[in-house]
Amino acid sequence: MLQTGALIRDVKVRELVAMMAALHPHPLGVDEALELAGLADIADRRTHKLSGGQAQRVRFAIAVVPDPAILILDEPTVGMDVEARRAFWLSVRAFAARGKTVIFATHYLEEADAYADRAILMSRGRVVADGPTTEIRARVGTRTIRATLPDVNASGLASLPGVTSADRRGEEIVLICSDSDAAIRALLDSRPDVRDIEIASAGLEDAFIELTTDPDGTSAEAEPQEALV
Amino acid sequence: MRSLAYTRFELVRTFRNGRLLVFSLGFPLILFFIIAAPNRNEHNFNGSGISIPLYYMVGLVAFGAMSGLISSGSRIATERTDGWTRQLRITPLKPSAYFFAKVGTGYALAGVTMILLHASGLALGVSLGAGRWLEMTGLIVVACIPFAVLGILLGHLLTADSIGPAVGGLVSLLALVSGTWFPLGSHGFLHDVAQFLPSYWLVRASHVSLGGQAWTAGGWLVVATWTVVLAILARYAYLRDTARV
Repeated sequence: MLQTGALIRDVKVRELVAMMAALHPHPLGVDEALELAGLADIADRRTHKLSGGQAQRVRFAIAVVPDPAILILDEPTVGMDVEARRAFWLSVRAFAARGKTVIFATHYLEEADAYADRAILMSRGRVVADGPTTEIRARVGTRTIRATLPDVNASGLASLPGVTSADRRGEEIVLICSDSDAAIRALLDSRPDVRDIEIASAGLEDAFIELTTDPDGTSAEAEPQEALV
Repeated sequence: MRSLAYTRFELVRTFRNGRLLVFSLGFPLILFFIIAAPNRNEHNFNGSGISIPLYYMVGLVAFGAMSGLISSGSRIATERTDGWTRQLRITPLKPSAYFFAKVGTGYALAGVTMILLHASGLALGVSLGAGRWLEMTGLIVVACIPFAVLGILLGHLLTADSIGPAVGGLVSLLALVSGTWFPLGSHGFLHDVAQFLPSYWLVRASHVSLGGQAWTAGGWLVVATWTVVLAILARYAYLRDTARV
C-alpha cells in the first residue's frame, strides 16, 4: 500500500476497486474487499469527495483486493483522526485474521502495542528488540505511578524508595519506579491525601526510549518498525 | 482482458468528467456555429467554390480530433503528479495497456466530436457523399496517430500545472499554420513549412471531402516519420520518468 498520492478522480470507490481486482489473477470479491476496508456504505461515492481517512481506507482496499499473502504498510495512519485510525486497524486485524501477514512501519508506538503480535524496534538502522510486544515491554523493569497530588515538590518525591524519577504535570505527579510496590507504600505513608492512583507497566514507547538511550543520555532517532502476523 | 478492463475504466472516467466534455466537445461546436451559422449561404469561400459550413465543419473535425487525441495522452501528466501511475506500476497492468487505454479514449472523444460536428453541419445544410466521407474519415484516423503519441510524450515531459497551457497553445498553433481556419493556398512560406507538419496532412485529410486530393506519398511519409520520432521520444520520456521511482 502506498503511503501518499491522490486517488484517481472521476470514479466511484467501487469502480476503482473493481478495476484493480480485474488487473490481478486471483482477486478477492469486490464486495468482500469493500467490506473488509469498511467502505461498503461509501462504495458509490466519487474518489475525490472522500475525507483523508476514507481515502486511506480506499488505498487499503486497493492493496488487499489482489489477495496478497503479505501486505506491507508504511505509516498507514499518518494524518488520521482517532476514530478513523481505530476503524483502519480493525480492517487490518480482519485481514490478518484470514491467515495473512501484515508488516507495518509506524512511529506511533501505541499502535504497535495495541495491534501488532510481534514488534521489531529499530534504531539507527539496527534491530534493538524483536519479539511479542508484551515481552519487549517486560524487558523494561520500570512501572509508572500517576496520581493527583497538588502542592508538593516533585523533586522531593524522587527520593522516595523505589522511585527513579519524579515529574509534575499540573495537579498530577508522575513517578517512574524501579520498584513500584515499595514506592506506593512510601507515597501513601508520607502523603495520605494522594488521590486517583494509577500504576501501569511501561509502554512500548518507554521500552523504546530505554533500549535506544545512549549512555550519554541522548535518545536515538526513532525509526521503530512493527510486524504483525 | 486487463487491457480492456482498464480501457473501460478510462472511458467511464472520461465521459463522466463534465468539465472535460464541455470544453473538449463544446469548444469545436461553438466555434463552428459562430463561424458557419452567419455564413451558411456562402457557397463560394474565397472564390474556391466551397461552402463555408462544409469548410469549417471538416476543418473543425480535424481540429477536434487532434485536440482530443493530444489531450487524452497529456492527462498522464496529472496522473503522474497524483501518484496514480506509480500505483499502477505495482499492478500487473502493462504500460502498453495503459497507453492503449489513453489512445482508445482519445479516439472515442474524437469520434464523439466528429458525430456532433456532422450533426451540426447537417443542421446547417451540409451534405457529404459516402465515398468522400469514408476516405476523409479513414485518413483522419491515420493522421491522428502522431498526435496520440505526442499527447503521451507531453504527458511524461510536463507537469499537471503546465500541461493545460502547453496543449492549448500547441493545438491552436498547429491548427493555425496548417490551414484549419483559412485556406493556405498552394505556395508561399507558410505552405512550404506546413507541409512537414502532421497537422497539415490532417487538415488535408479533412479537405478530401471538399474535393481536395488525397495524400501524396510525401504525406504518408511525413505522418509516418513524425509517429516514429515522437514514439522514440515518448519511450525515452517514459523510461526517464519511471526510473525515478
